[in-house]
Amino acid sequence: MGKKTPAINSSSTADIAFLLLCYFLMTTTMGSHTGLSRRLPPMPDKNQKTEDQKVNRRNIIVVRINSQDRVLAGNDAINVDMLKDKIKEFLTNPNDDPTLPEKEIVDIEGFGTYPKSKGVISLQNDRGTSYQAYIAVQNELVKAVNELRDEFAMRSFGKKFASCSEDEQTIVKEAIPQNISEAEPKDVGARRK
Amino acid sequence: MSKFKKSEKKEVPAMSQGSLSDIVFMLLFFFMVTTQMRETENKVQVKTPSASEVVKLERKDLNSYINVGQPIKSLQAQYGTEARIQLNDSFKTTDDIRDFVAAERESMSEGDRQFMTVSIRADQDVRMGIITDIKQELRRCSALKIMYSARKPSE
Repeated sequence: MGKKTPAINSSSTADIAFLLLCYFLMTTTMGSHTGLSRRLPPMPDKNQKTEDQKVNRRNIIVVRINSQDRVLAGNDAINVDMLKDKIKEFLTNPNDDPTLPEKEIVDIEGFGTYPKSKGVISLQNDRGTSYQAYIAVQNELVKAVNELRDEFAMRSFGKKFASCSEDEQTIVKEAIPQNISEAEPKDVGARRK
Repeated sequence: MSKFKKSEKKEVPAMSQGSLSDIVFMLLFFFMVTTQMRETENKVQVKTPSASEVVKLERKDLNSYINVGQPIKSLQAQYGTEARIQLNDSFKTTDDIRDFVAAERESMSEGDRQFMTVSIRADQDVRMGIITDIKQELRRCSALKIMYSARKPSE
């Protein structure tokens, strides 16, 4: 009876834990998943007549990427780096140029009226376009919209878009929508062999 | 005389190692919680393009992946170097996307289905033709929320 059970030597628990630790260290993938989020347009109904949406010519900018990864915005070939400024100019139309999109006075709940641009960006690509070029262009488009949102948030609320409250973000999104349409696929530019 | 006697003879006591295991366990739990097992084996090489405006994915469990790229080196002899689509664990064609999306939808709870996102993890060198085919197929099965996988440029 009086005999005590000897204490279990616990110095090896650390080793066991280390072993497990190493295992999880090896198998882990820390990098969180990031990407560009998009919403595809729904497939047009078959029995529904495909009516072309009547969009005023001045309200649309067509961004084409050909199979050589060259970018055409509107009517002129352009460098990817210049695309952002072009899009920003297109969406803001600071001098009320008649060739740039018209504005529509909208009443935004909780904010008041704002001349919202009716501009739509239409993105077309060729089957031979490289994915990298496509993402680069998508990125520039998103960047242009994000910068405009930042500017708007700065003017209206005195802070950046990201630090706005949820309600304010909704207002900003309402005022500057992200209208990027990915057109029905078609071959643009250079003929492929 | 003094209460505090100087004991030069006394050795520095050995440091207790009892807490070592606790520390290691703490680390272990951290990694166990943050880790996520790679559930599928990559059969295509994917180096995602970089983009500065990327956003984080909110819900990983609502996400299904479509991998597009060249087959890995060891499979190139068998499948060639043409870009392929990988769904789950095997090479598939665009026609299989419909079943894949249906199966993924089925595995989600009723309320979550509308938030399902399809992530296109494509290599930066693939041509848009294959991506366009995938997009058309996704539109056909009305999986409209998509995400182009991209990474932040490392500066």
